Amino acid sequence: MVAVADLSFDIQPQSCFGLLGPNGAGKTTTLRMLLGQSPRSGGVLEVFGQDINHGRRAIRQRTGVVPQADNLDPDFTVRENLAMYGSYFRLDPKVMDERIPTLLDMVELAPRANDRISTLSGGMKRRLTLARALVNDPQLLVLDEPTTGLDPQARHMIWSLIHQMKRSGKTILLTTHYMEEAERLCDDVIVIDEGSLLAKGSPSELIETFCESTVLEIRGDVKEIRIQSLPANWRTEEAGESLYIYADDSQALEDFSKELIGMLCLHRRAMLEDVFLRLTGRALRG
Amino acid sequence: MNILTPPRPGLECLAVWRRNALVWRRVMTTSLLFHFAEPLLYLLGIGYGLGRFVGELDGMPYFTFLASGFIAWSAMNVASMESMWSVYTRMVPQQTYEGILATPTKVDDIVFGELLWCGTKSLMSGTAILAVAALLGVVSNWDALLVVPVVFLTGICFAAPGLIVTAYATSYDHFSFYLTLVMTPMFILCGVFYPVASLPDTAQFFVQLLPLTHAVEIIRPIVVGQPITDLGFHLAALVGFGLVTTWIATVLFRRRLIN
Repeated sequence: MVAVADLSFDIQPQSCFGLLGPNGAGKTTTLRMLLGQSPRSGGVLEVFGQDINHGRRAIRQRTGVVPQADNLDPDFTVRENLAMYGSYFRLDPKVMDERIPTLLDMVELAPRANDRISTLSGGMKRRLTLARALVNDPQLLVLDEPTTGLDPQARHMIWSLIHQMKRSGKTILLTTHYMEEAERLCDDVIVIDEGSLLAKGSPSELIETFCESTVLEIRGDVKEIRIQSLPANWRTEEAGESLYIYADDSQALEDFSKELIGMLCLHRRAMLEDVFLRLTGRALRG
Repeated sequence: MNILTPPRPGLECLAVWRRNALVWRRVMTTSLLFHFAEPLLYLLGIGYGLGRFVGELDGMPYFTFLASGFIAWSAMNVASMESMWSVYTRMVPQQTYEGILATPTKVDDIVFGELLWCGTKSLMSGTAILAVAALLGVVSNWDALLVVPVVFLTGICFAAPGLIVTAYATSYDHFSFYLTLVMTPMFILCGVFYPVASLPDTAQFFVQLLPLTHAVEIIRPIVVGQPITDLGFHLAALVGFGLVTTWIATVLFRRRLIN
C-alpha cells in the first residue's frame, strides 16, 4: 500500500513546522519514515543533512519524539520513566540526575515523581511524554498530534511548552488536525492529503492564497437564501444546516448579514481551518 | 540496511536487559517463590513418589535423574514463557518497543536484550532447582555450579524460537499452539523423565533433532558429576539451533516493528 507518494518539504532550523492533513492523509507515516520506523520504497529523506538510513544513530541522538499514542512504561514511576528513557540513549546517569528534576518542574509533574503511570490523567501522561522526549536535549522535536484528546487547560499548557521549546532554539515538527493549533504555533505548514502535497507556506500566506479574507457563517433556514442572486465574486459553501459565504469585501458581507432575519450569523476573518476545508473538502474520512 | 542482514546488536541491548531486570525486582519475592516452589513440588511428588518404583536409572537414583533433567527443562520452559507472553505484552499492549525505537536503541538491541533477559530468567530458575536438589542431597560437589552458565546459554537458545513465535503472534492464544505442539513433546520425549536410549531407534533419531535432548545430555552429567559424552556434538547442536533461530527472530522482529 502506498501511504505517501508525492511529498517534498524542507524545514528551517529553529522554526516550528506543521504537517497538516485529515485522518489517513499520511502524516504519521511521514513522521515514522523520518524516524526510520516505517520503511520507504524510494525518495530522499535527510535529517540534519544526513540520509536517515546512514545517519540513523546520530539523528536519533539529536531528536525527541512525542508519539500519537502514549507508550510510557507502565511498569515504572514518573521519574523512572525518564531515567529509563535516558538509558536507551546511553546518557550518563549523573547528567540524568540533574536533568530529570528540571524536566519534571517544567511539565509540573514534580509532585507526582514517584507515582505510577496508571495513576496519571491523560493530560499528565502527555506532559510526561513531552518531558521524556526532552531527556536527550534534542535539537529536533517531533510531535505527533500532541494535544489530541486533551482538555483546554492541558492543551494550553502543551502549547506554552511548545512555545518555550521554540524560544530555546529547538526545531519543531508537529502534526495536528486542529487548525487553531497550527495557526498559533507554526511558522510554516504543509497541507497533505492521500500522501501528496496540497499546499505549503506560512498560515497567513495560505489564508491569503487559498481563501477570501472574511467569512460569514449562517445557521438556520439557509435554503431561503437565494444563492444565485449573490454577487459573483462571493463564494458559497453549504454544509448541513449551515451556509458559508466567503468574500474579500468585509463591509458588503456585514451589510448582507443584517438583512437576514431569524438566522444566526457569525462574521469573522478567514482562518486556516477554512483553507484546510477548501483544500481537503468536507467529506468525512474513515 | 537489508532486512536479512545478520543481527548487529550494540551495547544498548544492555539497557533493554536492565529495564526488564528492574521490573522483575519489584515482583522478585513472588517470582523467586515460584522458582523454588514449582520444582520442589514436581521433584518431591514425582521424584520421590515414582522414584520408589523405578529405583535406579543410568546408574543414579531416579530422584537425581529427574532433578537434573528438570534443570534443563526449566531453562527451556522459563525462557519460552518469557519470550512469548512477556515479550508480547511489552510489544503489543504496552507498546514499550515503540517507545524505545524512537531512541538510538534499535530492533536488534531489543531482540538481544530480550534474549539475554530470558537467559537470565532461566539461570535464576535453574539455580533455584539446583539449590533445592542440593538441599535434598542430590548434588555431589561444587562442580555442579558449572551448570549455571550452561543453563543461561540454554535459556537463550530456547528464547530465540519463542521470539519467532511472538513475531507472528496476534494474540496470547497464539502461544498455546507452540506450547502444545512443540514444548510439551520436548518435555515428554527429550530425556527429562527417562533416558532417550530407551526409545525405539527411529524415535531416537527424531528426538536427536529436538534441541532439549542436547541440553539434557549436557546438563545432567554436570549436575551429577559424570563425564559428558559427545560434549562437542551436543553443544554444537544446541548453539547452532540458537544461532539460526536468533537470526530468524531478528529478521522477523525488524519486519514486525518497522512497519
